[in-house]
Amino acid sequence: MNIINEMSLSFPSKSLNESFARSVAAAFVMNLDPTINELSDIKTAVSEAVTNCIVHGYRRSKGTVYIKGKITDNNKVIIKIRDKGCGIEDVKKAMEPLFTTAPEEERAGLGFAVMQSFCDKVKVKSEPGKGTTVTLEKTISQTDNDR
Amino acid sequence: MLKTEFKNNILTAYIDGEIDHDTAAKIRSRIDGAAQSLKPGLLCLDFSGVSFMDSSGIGLVMGRYRQMKMLGGALRVINIPESMYKIFAMSGIESLGVLR
Repeated sequence: MNIINEMSLSFPSKSLNESFARSVAAAFVMNLDPTINELSDIKTAVSEAVTNCIVHGYRRSKGTVYIKGKITDNNKVIIKIRDKGCGIEDVKKAMEPLFTTAPEEERAGLGFAVMQSFCDKVKVKSEPGKGTTVTLEKTISQTDNDR
Repeated sequence: MLKTEFKNNILTAYIDGEIDHDTAAKIRSRIDGAAQSLKPGLLCLDFSGVSFMDSSGIGLVMGRYRQMKMLGGALRVINIPESMYKIFAMSGIESLGVLR
């Protein structure tokens, strides 16, 4: 498995950067010629992960969100989204659909469920007080069908 | 980002562009402001102009559902683009009976 391309990106935890981050992720995978659905899946999953960093990781305090992207020669996209925020006490509980610690902001509690259903694999590493890293993996189809 | 129209006791909100955590807060306060002053019998969210949404869009719909219940009205969501069927389906929001 060879790495074909890599990128890294960091930006302040401002909510206007949610759209910036998912646009960069979309641009990064573009040369794999993804379908519209695959592109939308990646944008949505990255948007959820970055929003989690901003809303939960840094809880409205200031911080930096770090993204690293990799494309390997089997058409696999790996995107790591990391914050150095508060971390998650109970990752299993946080990943339960409809669980949210921010109901007043109308968070639906679906962030991780969306990432899981829109990506092939989602890994979450977190340490309270140190931060959280979410790794998203998705293989882009290589057929020319339904494009 | 948002245009509203009030006719025959129906408040229609035409949402335009992308719905994420950032824009949802602004869309929410505009819709709620109009709904609270007009007290419509039906709030209609028109999604035909939405080009992207993440789960913030689901939160927006659930929140307006609760808001309309409190105001004694109903909610309907119309013209959902095909690319958003997947996220609506996985949210379980269909069980509220507001999607058209």
